[in-house]
Amino acid sequence: MTAVRAPTAPGGVPAPVTRVARGRAGIVAVAVLVVLAAAPLFLAPFATTTLTRILVFALFAVSLDLLVGVTGLPSLGHAGYFGAGAYAAGWVSINVTAEAPVPLLAGLAVGAVAAAATGWVTVRSQGVFFLMLTLAIGETLQQVADSWESVTGGANGLTGVPAVRLAGAPLANIGFLYWYVLVFGVVGFAAVALVARSPFGAALRGIRDNEPRMRALGYSTSLYKYAVFVVAGGVAGLAGSLLVAQQRLVSPADLGFTTASFALLAVIIGGAGSLWGACLGAALVIVIRDALDLGGNGTLVLGIVFVLVVYLLPRGVAGLLPRGGRVSAPRRRRASAPPWRKGST
Amino acid sequence: MSFLAVRDLVSGYDRSTVLGGVDLALDRGATLGLLGRNGAGKSTLIMTLMGLVPPTSGSVQLDGVELAGRRPDVIARAGVALVPQGRRVWATLTVAEHLALASRRRGTWTVDSVLDLLPRLGERRGQYAAQLSGGEQQMLAVARALLTNPRLVLLDEPSDGLAPALVDQIGAVIATMCAEGVAVLLVEQDLHLAFEVAQEIAVMEKGAIVHRVPTAEFRLDPGTAHRLLGVT
Repeated sequence: MTAVRAPTAPGGVPAPVTRVARGRAGIVAVAVLVVLAAAPLFLAPFATTTLTRILVFALFAVSLDLLVGVTGLPSLGHAGYFGAGAYAAGWVSINVTAEAPVPLLAGLAVGAVAAAATGWVTVRSQGVFFLMLTLAIGETLQQVADSWESVTGGANGLTGVPAVRLAGAPLANIGFLYWYVLVFGVVGFAAVALVARSPFGAALRGIRDNEPRMRALGYSTSLYKYAVFVVAGGVAGLAGSLLVAQQRLVSPADLGFTTASFALLAVIIGGAGSLWGACLGAALVIVIRDALDLGGNGTLVLGIVFVLVVYLLPRGVAGLLPRGGRVSAPRRRRASAPPWRKGST
Repeated sequence: MSFLAVRDLVSGYDRSTVLGGVDLALDRGATLGLLGRNGAGKSTLIMTLMGLVPPTSGSVQLDGVELAGRRPDVIARAGVALVPQGRRVWATLTVAEHLALASRRRGTWTVDSVLDLLPRLGERRGQYAAQLSGGEQQMLAVARALLTNPRLVLLDEPSDGLAPALVDQIGAVIATMCAEGVAVLLVEQDLHLAFEVAQEIAVMEKGAIVHRVPTAEFRLDPGTAHRLLGVT
């Protein structure tokens, strides 16, 4: 039998060394940011507005990806927190102040509080029950928005939201508004990326892949799922506050099933578990739905794209490239099991 | 009173009863080899002790604290660790992430000391678990259990599919755990490993422990081994 030593030295283990890959990803990220920052200087106003919508929807999709791709919780009610954040930011802008960052903080806080209020029930369920509970909560929030007319404006939505103000000046210019959304969108993205790559994020991925094993390691997995549900709700609320800054109107449709399903579509098309993939998916959804003149058939085209992606790219667009930025499965496993599908127990 | 005291433990799946009243005692630093034919209830006993299968009735006490019916995370925090059958490592996490996730309870075992014991993992710490060989995955499952600084380790067929040299290494790790005062319950099909590390052998049949003797005595009684296990 092999001789072994008793344990002696304390300490931790260094992080895995992937400096070259990280360096490349960093260069690409900086290049993308530079191009995005410069975009209003050479794009037409309509294109800049579309890009602004993409950024808003991308942050929303990224927050959903934290649930779907990183934790393995496929939600159909995430638009509820997105819309709640949008309503909160809009209401604060009308009734209190439109001075940044107040509407942003209001959106973030209300999104997180709404998720905290509803999450404890949902995260204790699994699979199709989780899906249906989140769907029910999203629909309930939409009904609340539809009927609480004195606050939400009812079916007409919350109109007359003033332009967000920065240091006293309103951001009425399309380009300035774009930069405002870009800055806070990047901050939100960075926050989600930090969570996904932290030890907390590793625990979430452990829960996604094999929850009973995480529990057998001493983790109270319900608490972890609840925590990430609240974080994702807060980021969705932040995205909602950016939405209202951009369109200066919120309607019950922004909380509804269609919005939630478009976000889920963006996550799966982009590649669940890949945060930048979710951004690409969001861009595709917004371009097909809003920007291209498809004679009212945008949703039909999106459906076809979704079916094609499921069959031809089961790991989404992100699966076409090596690991960069992905926080899901290594290549060998991903080929057969997308991360939003639960692993064995 | 024994460190681990299991009394009349009944458990199973849905309406099917697998464990029909298991009694078991284990002291600190002792290793019990649990043998039995397929379907005897060995893995169900392990899963029930870990809380992954809820017991129907009975008692499981660890150092006097009742654990039967508690959640797996509560049982794990009480000092019970599981090395499951089939390794069950997280394919999408790196070796380093596995070790970091497991290192939540302070104690004798640290990441450095575990890597001293299993140096191969140190060379692989940047790799995903799915990219490890079967033997390396088993080492990772053992390391994960050790890093919880357990007082009782449940090993479910740790030698399954491993080369003899790796089985020896698993045996060495178990011996080290015992020397540290950890109680070990080892479910095995590999009699060589069980005989090597266990002070006592117990045999399960139809959901109950039907035979328990010191290992040396069991080895000198091939007739019983043949009758209970079908081996010669």
